Amino acid sequence: MGKIKLGKKSPRIDMTPMVDLFSLLLVFFILTATFRPEEAAPIDPPTSISQTPIPSQNLATIEIAKDNRVFFNIDNGSDTTKHIRAKVLQAIGSQYQIKFSPEEIKKFEKLSAFGVPVAKMKDFIAADNADARAAMMTGIPMDSTDNQLSMWIRFARTYNGELDVAVKGDGTAEYPTVKKVIDALQDNNVNRFNLTTNPEANDVSLDETL
Amino acid sequence: MGEIIENEKPAKGKKKRARKHGTHIDMTPMVDLFCLLLTFFMLTTAFNKPKVMQIALPEKPKPGEKVVAPEINQSRALTLILSDNDKVLWYAGLADPTKPPLPVLNETDFSKDGIRKLLLQRNKELFKQIYLLNKDVTEGKLDISQDSLETRIRDLMRDDKSGPIILVKASDGVNYKNLVDIIDEMVITNIARYTLTDINPVEKMMVRNFKNAKSSVAASN
Repeated sequence: MGKIKLGKKSPRIDMTPMVDLFSLLLVFFILTATFRPEEAAPIDPPTSISQTPIPSQNLATIEIAKDNRVFFNIDNGSDTTKHIRAKVLQAIGSQYQIKFSPEEIKKFEKLSAFGVPVAKMKDFIAADNADARAAMMTGIPMDSTDNQLSMWIRFARTYNGELDVAVKGDGTAEYPTVKKVIDALQDNNVNRFNLTTNPEANDVSLDETL
Repeated sequence: MGEIIENEKPAKGKKKRARKHGTHIDMTPMVDLFCLLLTFFMLTTAFNKPKVMQIALPEKPKPGEKVVAPEINQSRALTLILSDNDKVLWYAGLADPTKPPLPVLNETDFSKDGIRKLLLQRNKELFKQIYLLNKDVTEGKLDISQDSLETRIRDLMRDDKSGPIILVKASDGVNYKNLVDIIDEMVITNIARYTLTDINPVEKMMVRNFKNAKSSVAASN
């Protein structure tokens, strides 16, 4: 009776600190998460020394892929109750006598960059996954007779007065396409815009000039 | 998330009561879930926000509107023609077919000793001023805010009287990277006045002649 028998206890690890840490990290990541948008095509922008961060709101993005397809994207603006994306879609639809149903508009608002002619927009919205949508993207037409990119920019600017424009082009995209994009912007009086680039070190010193 | 560990004494009485369980929560599933969510969020977060380079172009003339081209001082004018195979052709002065001879084309590239050297040489004054101003601020000699630093640099650029006036013209075989690179060089070398314009027929001819001459030299060697 003298001996105290220790109860056989399974080695239990106190997980409380671990859980604490995990929840903290989790909360941090949830709050800082800005999701990578669904990419229409991989785009590898050139580098520059610029340190200006990309505006996070009121931004229209024009993407130029390797194969010179052009995609367009706008966000809903700082006030999402204005439904800018929806309005722009309806406006451009009415130009082409296409009526979008409320469900289509709702779905369109959740999509990201698109690169289809307006005539194919209905099919594009109806597609049920990202792969099907990516396969449909033939680029936005920019011919002089049917410059849809210019039209998208015009309506985007009509419904969002504070719109900034960023051009995100692949380094290997050809100049004539880039030129068309710049022309479409300038036709709509967008003379100030941003070129999206990857950061690079600036290593120039005064000695080089002497 | 406290945990209470009860003393698990064996029941003394005859009645075997249902043993009171300690309120010991098994946290393993929760930890599993957290781990999963954490991994998911870590992988989907785009940390590296891309940067942007701002660019301002002169307004396009409206159709029917007549625009008087601004007088460019011939000694300050510098035209860079982006050409294929990552080359830059440049000439100083203006190419006016009514006033021969046409300026001579030179070839350079996007390397540090190429276009940057050329631009730095021509923009020495302004570059030095801005460089020293920036240096004073980073070394703490001059205590001004970022905004007023930018204003000062803008003023310096506006008052620049000797630096080059650069016209960047791209021919069709050029890719987007070249365009961004050349604008980047302008920013690096603090060029105050530059713009993007279209290549004109005279310059097209000059480029053609230059390439022909080059290929004939190569052929004769």
